[in-house]
Amino acid sequence: MHLTQHEKKIAAGQLGEPLRIALEQQIGVGEFFGAERFVEISNVHVMGDYEVMGEAGKTYLENLVASGARACVPCTRNAACVDYDHAEQLHQSPALVENEREVRRLIGELGFATVETCINYQSVYTPRFREHVAWGDTGTVAYANGALGARTNYESGPAAIAAAITGRTPAYGFHLDEARRPNYRFVVEAPLRDVADYGAVAAIVGERARGYWNVPLIELRDASPAPDDLKHLGATLASFGSLAMYHVLGVTPEAPDRETVMKGATLLDEVSISAADVDDVYARGTPADPAVNLVVFTAPQLSLVELERLADLFADRKIANGSTVIVTTNSMMFDAAQHCGVTQRIKATGALVLQGVCWYIMDPAAMRKEFGWKRVVTNSGKLFNIIKAHGYEPVLRRTADAVEAAVTGRLP
Amino acid sequence: MSERFSCERGLGSAVEAPALVSLYTFSPRYDLDRVGGVISRIGHPNFGQSVAGKILVCPGVQGGIAGGWAFLMMKGRGVGFAGLVFGDVNPVMVQGAAAAGIPIVSGVDPDIFKRLASGTKIRLDPCARIVEIIG
Repeated sequence: MHLTQHEKKIAAGQLGEPLRIALEQQIGVGEFFGAERFVEISNVHVMGDYEVMGEAGKTYLENLVASGARACVPCTRNAACVDYDHAEQLHQSPALVENEREVRRLIGELGFATVETCINYQSVYTPRFREHVAWGDTGTVAYANGALGARTNYESGPAAIAAAITGRTPAYGFHLDEARRPNYRFVVEAPLRDVADYGAVAAIVGERARGYWNVPLIELRDASPAPDDLKHLGATLASFGSLAMYHVLGVTPEAPDRETVMKGATLLDEVSISAADVDDVYARGTPADPAVNLVVFTAPQLSLVELERLADLFADRKIANGSTVIVTTNSMMFDAAQHCGVTQRIKATGALVLQGVCWYIMDPAAMRKEFGWKRVVTNSGKLFNIIKAHGYEPVLRRTADAVEAAVTGRLP
Repeated sequence: MSERFSCERGLGSAVEAPALVSLYTFSPRYDLDRVGGVISRIGHPNFGQSVAGKILVCPGVQGGIAGGWAFLMMKGRGVGFAGLVFGDVNPVMVQGAAAAGIPIVSGVDPDIFKRLASGTKIRLDPCARIVEIIG
């Protein structure tokens, strides 16, 4: 890789060992992918909690802090695995809680804002068009690249921290124009009216165009997506397809029209998605027995708009006896919802409103054993995919139907 | 005579270890018990097999950011991979391997999946972009 004078100083250790080690790690990754240079980044978002990193990860952070490493750009932390106010109620182990508390402290010591959110783009930092950032959590990456036209690759925990320390990241993949052009086209004839509809479409697109380097162009015939819809679209594309980039024709900033977004790119496949195709996704995993005792609204964390809608849909009704409803958001949205009386309305139904977490990283497999949960109803396409790995039987439903399941204890 | 398979990209030092061959895309979060270092995904053809000290050979990857910490966590517990050989790869696997100091290659000659069986000892040389069957 070509290094600037500043980067040569870092590589030579003239600016300290933490910077040298971080840059060396980045050069290794950059050269692997054929990067010719670094690109300066303005913001970092790191995914790292005790559940995912374990003791070795905690030691890694301790060593970084002890070495004097410090972020040189504004940074945020992704959703974590413990809501301290509900850890006991959810039977999370004291050891996990204490280790997570320590990981949070260490990440804060490195200069990250410990806001514990996977919707940083809706509540902390919204990068502008063509701004280079280094974000972890796949859903944030898909939103940055797709919805905002900012530029980032998947930056895993250690890589995001390295970028925070050096203020740069190797220029490959979605930092470059050529990688951002679509190579799949999906024409969605189905009407899309709910975030779950966008998740269902993303499931189809992700399965068909699976692969990090693929970029779908999605054309909506009967839909007008709001930011929360794009949030669920991107997060679910990432989950089903490991995708990091998408375009929605006439909606996202790099796709004002087909000619502009294609720029002569070649399509590998063109697919039409009908209402029946979307219904097929909803039918997956639908059980013969309609009984339900767990409904989760999460992945990504809910925005204030989503929380308000949820409160309206519950309409002062209580959740069914024996059922559990979990809602996750970040502290900023929680406080705003509290300020508006929304949190109180949701809690009054009997639902748990958690902050700073996303449910699927809270060791849901342990909760399944602890509480005897098996089936989970959700409006999140991402959760619908990922939770199977934790032994659950997921059912995807539109938000209003998921609320009805929560209230009645039965799938509508 | 040994058999050699070329790769397109590589990072890390050469290593020799038994192969663990999977024909399925790999996800540390979906596929592994990261505490015990065992393939734990129900229905996975390698279900129950230990990955400790082995070189994973598989056609591709899936899943998200968690892999970046997973390799470090498993290495710290003494149950980590000795090396990684992929057909297609995403940044997370490479970043995670770099942080954990695990040799990794991608773009391996797909013939390897016809010729190599789990348990066979192989040499992975990321600098030379070669995977070699040695035993």
